[in-house]
Amino acid sequence: MTQPILKMNKISKSFGGVQALKDVSFDVFQGDILGIIGPNGSGKTTIVNCITGFIKPTSGKIYFKGKNITGKKPHKIADMGVTRTFQVMRPYHSLPAYKNLVIPLFSPRAKRTGGWRGGGSLGDRQTVAIDILEEIGFERDSYIPFKKTSTLPTGYLKRLELARCLALKPEIIICDEVFSGLSMSEIASMVPLIERLQDEGITIVMIEHRLRELFQVANRVMVLNFGEKLIEGTPSQVMADEKVKEAYFGSEKVEEVMTYA
Amino acid sequence: MSTQELRKERIDRGIKVRSDGLYALMSLRELSYLTLPRIILIAGMLALPFLMPDMYWQRVISIVCIYAILALSFDFMAHYVGLVSLGGAFFIGTGGYIAGILNSYFGIPPMLTVPLAAIMGGAVCTLLLFPCLPLKGVYFAIVTLMYPLFMARIIEAFDIFGGTDGLVGIDSFSSAFAEQYLVIGMVLIFLFGLRRFVTTDMGLIFTAVMDNDQAVRASGINITRYKALAVFIASAMGCMAGACLTHIYMWSGISQFALDFSILPIAATVIGGSGTLVGPLIGCLILVPVSELLRDFGTLRIVFYASILVGFILFRSDGIMAFGQRKYEQFERWKKI
Repeated sequence: MTQPILKMNKISKSFGGVQALKDVSFDVFQGDILGIIGPNGSGKTTIVNCITGFIKPTSGKIYFKGKNITGKKPHKIADMGVTRTFQVMRPYHSLPAYKNLVIPLFSPRAKRTGGWRGGGSLGDRQTVAIDILEEIGFERDSYIPFKKTSTLPTGYLKRLELARCLALKPEIIICDEVFSGLSMSEIASMVPLIERLQDEGITIVMIEHRLRELFQVANRVMVLNFGEKLIEGTPSQVMADEKVKEAYFGSEKVEEVMTYA
Repeated sequence: MSTQELRKERIDRGIKVRSDGLYALMSLRELSYLTLPRIILIAGMLALPFLMPDMYWQRVISIVCIYAILALSFDFMAHYVGLVSLGGAFFIGTGGYIAGILNSYFGIPPMLTVPLAAIMGGAVCTLLLFPCLPLKGVYFAIVTLMYPLFMARIIEAFDIFGGTDGLVGIDSFSSAFAEQYLVIGMVLIFLFGLRRFVTTDMGLIFTAVMDNDQAVRASGINITRYKALAVFIASAMGCMAGACLTHIYMWSGISQFALDFSILPIAATVIGGSGTLVGPLIGCLILVPVSELLRDFGTLRIVFYASILVGFILFRSDGIMAFGQRKYEQFERWKKI
């Protein structure tokens, strides 16, 4: 049996009296797209913060490629190749889009790996940045890569979040709601991008509220409810599960669930 | 026609647009449009000692430059790294005392104490401010304001380094010209050096830390290291200015930790234009002589001084530099709606 690339072992986190996560364990394997869903406040973003070191779990251990990364600093974890996007986009608003990518390209990891495509020299980071932006959907010959991020629409900012992870040549990308706030057509163009990243061997963990699109790309889905793992399985298993329907919609509205999913 | 039917529009001057491209290298007019403001500033600064040969005003020029270095370091920290520092007095005092100690205890000449004070002072300030680096905004400002008060009281209480009398009999620079050109040269080098530095890839990291430090951490970059580097750059500049001040007055004492050194640079930055780096220098060139001229009014001078500040904050909050740059690059006209 292969070793999981990311292993969560009984992670708990409490903020004062609120228990955000209760003994959550799961494995992510190389090349997976794991979806994590759950109602508001079920602890999805807390999991992201625990894995990437932004908060320290109260108890439990997290292993990346067999190495314990629990409680390490965020920049150390990112340096190992575990990257994340932020649910509320965090661009550097006083810089144009392409200069936003100079920052990850300046990191020690990018210096070691040579950035997303690797190999090439990082001599001119701004040129490399524009190359990455083009691959991720910023039209090269337009003015868009050169616009200040404070003027860019949400769709581009979500892509920029992904690009910031890719610039590090990541092993895992943890996407915190990359689909939220996007139109149907924007999501339709994001899905192939996610699938392409999977083909490149990047492991992806997706936190989502947009179930229809998530079930399309994910090969496994985990459901959280009030900080506890409800079920884990293939999208169709999860969709059919009564407990999930109950968690999302209450016990009496099963018919509506069926029309939504 | 009333203003309701008109609106003002601003359009880039043709020469500004042309001088953005390659054309600037081929035409003397465009070339001078680009370089003239810089040349005027450099030539003007270098000519100052000749324009004002009077002993009193020579001293004022030196003080202007010392405040300008502090204001530059404040502007860099506040608008390119996002750390609002009220530590001007801390930097000046630390640098001043280090230069004083090196000179009076060890007999090291001023031309060596100034760079030594910059490096050692920068290291001391960075070390003391290191625990406060996770703080942001007003919290960081409060801590940096606490340090100069703290240092002054320590020196007073333990009666070290001359106690309340300070260190006296420190060597001055070899001549008034050497003194002035040293500080003027430092201002110009720091000004153009910082302007170049903030556009480099490493300079962009600082801007990113200001905009969003969490995203920088998520990019695998140790933000504490970069913040410490920024504090070192800013405090080394301040300490260098402090060392010059010690040698100019041939004395270092507790009043070098006076809060004037923290407050005036901020006022100069507001007047000159925040985030422009040139602005703080222009602000100091105005504020320091004005405050000297107002000396005749005795304590009333604070009132004039405060009114100037309030006036600027109300009517020109973006500063002289931003206003001047707009006039230089764009013209305005009324347009019918």
